[in-house]
Amino acid sequence: MSATAVRPVVTDAKPPVRTRRRAGAGLGLVAWLVGIVFFLPIAWMALTSFHSESDAATNPPSFAASLTLDGYREFFGAGGGASPWPALINSAVASIASTLFVLVLALPAAYALSIRPVKKWTDVLFFFLSTKMLPVVAGLLPIYLFAKNTDMLDNIWLLVILYTSMNLPIAVWMMQSFLAEVPVAIIEAARVDGAKLPTILVRVVAPIALPGIAATSLICFIFSWNELLFARVLTGVVAETAPVFLTGFITSQGLFLAKVCAASLVISLPVLAAGFAAQDKLVQGLSLGAVK
Amino acid sequence: MTATTTAPSAAPEHPRPAVRPPSNRLRAWATRAPLLPALIFMVVVTQLPFVATLVISFFDWNALYPDARSFTGFANYGDVLSDPALRKSVWTTILLTVAVVLVSLVLGLALALLLDRRFKGRGVVRTLLIAPFLVVPVAAALLWKHVLYNPEYGLLNGLLHYVGGPQPDWISNTPLLAVEASLVWQWTPFMMLILLAGLQSRDQQQIEAARVDGAGDWQIFVHLTLPHLRRYLELGALLGSIYIVQNFDAVFTITSGGLGTANLPYTVYQSFYQAHENGLASAAGVLVVIGSIIIATFALRVVSSLFREEVGRA
Repeated sequence: MSATAVRPVVTDAKPPVRTRRRAGAGLGLVAWLVGIVFFLPIAWMALTSFHSESDAATNPPSFAASLTLDGYREFFGAGGGASPWPALINSAVASIASTLFVLVLALPAAYALSIRPVKKWTDVLFFFLSTKMLPVVAGLLPIYLFAKNTDMLDNIWLLVILYTSMNLPIAVWMMQSFLAEVPVAIIEAARVDGAKLPTILVRVVAPIALPGIAATSLICFIFSWNELLFARVLTGVVAETAPVFLTGFITSQGLFLAKVCAASLVISLPVLAAGFAAQDKLVQGLSLGAVK
Repeated sequence: MTATTTAPSAAPEHPRPAVRPPSNRLRAWATRAPLLPALIFMVVVTQLPFVATLVISFFDWNALYPDARSFTGFANYGDVLSDPALRKSVWTTILLTVAVVLVSLVLGLALALLLDRRFKGRGVVRTLLIAPFLVVPVAAALLWKHVLYNPEYGLLNGLLHYVGGPQPDWISNTPLLAVEASLVWQWTPFMMLILLAGLQSRDQQQIEAARVDGAGDWQIFVHLTLPHLRRYLELGALLGSIYIVQNFDAVFTITSGGLGTANLPYTVYQSFYQAHENGLASAAGVLVVIGSIIIATFALRVVSSLFREEVGRA
């Protein structure tokens, strides 16, 4: 936030007094404790996923039960249940394809809003943001009716279009702020040297903006992968996505606890991996580039 | 907000040298053209359906009796507003959103203050804390419903068992609280991340100066840190509200809207997906939008203040 980057490494006050340092260590311990409490449900879910169903459903919980991969085998359909693969593939298609569409649409728009800004560019930016505040349910019914009348129900490409519209405003905002970091002086210099627009884009703009573009793609991917409402209403058998597949477990009782945990973990894995890999970019993107 | 935002990019009137203008009009279109695909796409995919919703909301239209469709003016709105179940879902939506946003904001602030200090394994703790936010929402809801809340073998009662505590049926006894707790667990990390970014952008020299002048930790927190964090708190509240007002996954998964936990998105979903009442669902949908506009008006003011700062600084 601070303009001239007076941003020294971390805050820690100079420890003039020993007591301050001891208090600091105590607070570190508190932080560890809270971190473990927050992580506990996930750790427990992971442990349960490796238990047999009978060990999973006990009270008091069995910490020392032997480990097995049965939960995962069950999830992947060994026990005769529906295979999750079509749903996982649908989710991958919807997330990756919509992310690519978002990039194709958002990059030129962000370019027009930052590097060579159109008049009233802030108004345009706010229009994009305002569409994000329109609740999904407000357009769901017409979209459903449209899909029904055009035979697009249960078609993964309808979700691709909707996910593109869901993520496009965020992407335009984020990329606008990333592209704005490209110093115009460099672009001018390249132009003076006789470089044409494509060269400038590839050689000058892309290298600086690439990390931001990667972060934007990541966030679009995560949102698409997580989405439930559209997928639930607009898909059925063929185009079912991973979250819709998970809703099949809502009423499942005790006997399938290990399977539920395995399923939840497997389906969360892409997002967990992507999120851990890009923690800083994630928050920056989610706050529309406002926080740096 | 960006440290390196460069001047001309934020000043549209700034004339750009070294480009020969072919003709003003042509040039204006050339700069506008890259925007158009995205703009047109957004208008078609988001604004048109909403207009359609608005139109449908004035019809008495049950999907099972398509021939009996007729124009009823504002009757659907009257029905929605006088239907106790729907009024309750409005109230539930408000309770859910306010409770989750406030609690996760306060918890997030406490955690951000803890993590702002240097201690052993800070990076690991941060990663542990972020994890809840990264679990797919449906999976997180399933985790709470089956693995934590289950009265017979859930972890909560399992741990209570060790201390000889009671074994309540969490979801039946306190359904709304059960949904809220799971959402607070998911959203606290998000608030923490935003506020941590805010904390680390404080002006350290100012804090040092205050300390030299004899200010204590508490005084620095109240007079320097909180005012600086205000915008970050607003941003967190705003973004949290946008997402939690629209929450569907947790309500759908944990209680299926039962036991008085149906919020507006769930109610709208149900009234057309199960009851096939297209007109009523649309009217309820329009009401959700009006509610969102109230939040959004406040929200845009906040964001534009963030934004003005960027433009002003550039």
